[in-house]
Amino acid sequence: MARASQKNLMMRGILDSAPFLVVLIPFAMLFGVVATEAGLNIAQVMGFSVVVIAGAAQFTALQLLQEGAPVVVVLLTSLAVNLRMAMYSAALTPHLGQAPFWQRGLVAYLIVDQNFAIAVNAYEEEASWSVRDRVAYFIGVSIPVVPAWYAFTLLGVLVGSTLPEWLALEFALPVAFLSIVAPALRTVAHIAAAATSVVLALCFAFLPFSLGLLVAGIGAMMVGAQVERVMERRHG
Amino acid sequence: MDDVTIWIVIIGLGLGSYLIRLSFIGLIGDRPMPEWLLRHLRYAAVGILPGIAAPLVVFPAETGGNPDPVRLLAGLATIVVGYLAKSTIWAIIAGGGTFAALTLLGFGG
Repeated sequence: MARASQKNLMMRGILDSAPFLVVLIPFAMLFGVVATEAGLNIAQVMGFSVVVIAGAAQFTALQLLQEGAPVVVVLLTSLAVNLRMAMYSAALTPHLGQAPFWQRGLVAYLIVDQNFAIAVNAYEEEASWSVRDRVAYFIGVSIPVVPAWYAFTLLGVLVGSTLPEWLALEFALPVAFLSIVAPALRTVAHIAAAATSVVLALCFAFLPFSLGLLVAGIGAMMVGAQVERVMERRHG
Repeated sequence: MDDVTIWIVIIGLGLGSYLIRLSFIGLIGDRPMPEWLLRHLRYAAVGILPGIAAPLVVFPAETGGNPDPVRLLAGLATIVVGYLAKSTIWAIIAGGGTFAALTLLGFGG
């Protein structure tokens, strides 16, 4: 009944990431609206959301294009915003590395913050899952994220009006990310890593090109790893 | 912004982003990774997401980057409830609810 269990895991993945539609829908629509207002045609707006699927990088590229920045600058700056995904790719490798290459290629296309964070948290809790189970779950957590990103970008293009102020979009994103992280703080090492991330990100917020985030992420991973080692030694 | 420039950016950014995402999972596959690296990678999610969220909560663009007690409290409520209840949904409700309630009461910045 392996097939049935994978279907269930895909369903569970869909349910686990569905709450984030609350944040994703307005964001995707906002990109559709803002990009259309900037003068992009529908194919270009959808091109961004289908080919890039990364909100922060898309908004960055759009803003730089509007400012008339050279193409090289637009590309390098927006790609820097996405560099954190190399760490996501590495962190998924021990869980999904045994999957066939085409499946890993598909997973790579789907990786964004939400599905990555939800999936690795589940993989750590569910040690008995086979690789096929994990792939099925990853597809599940991606379904409310990626197709919805396309669909609501398109809706934003078509509706074309600005979104109501009460949505407080700029605040919805951090709430969503914190709500993924908080339940995943299982050990002292996780808490230490998250706290380090917050402190370093605030201290280095002035750095350009999202470099502050990379400093915060790498610093947090080092602290998490060190605390884990200390705790292991203490508990033998 | 001419059409060719826009398409170069879309395709370049798409291709670059895909290669970044594919990097490790595509190249390493099931080859073993060193223990020290795995130990660090276990903290990728809890080490990066708070770093994205923190500046947005503490230096919000809407207040010109000045800390705003409503957002600080709502951020804190998200973390505390999410941690104690071990639930993403309750964390979102707590954070969004705190923000909405304090804003409606007129504390919004």
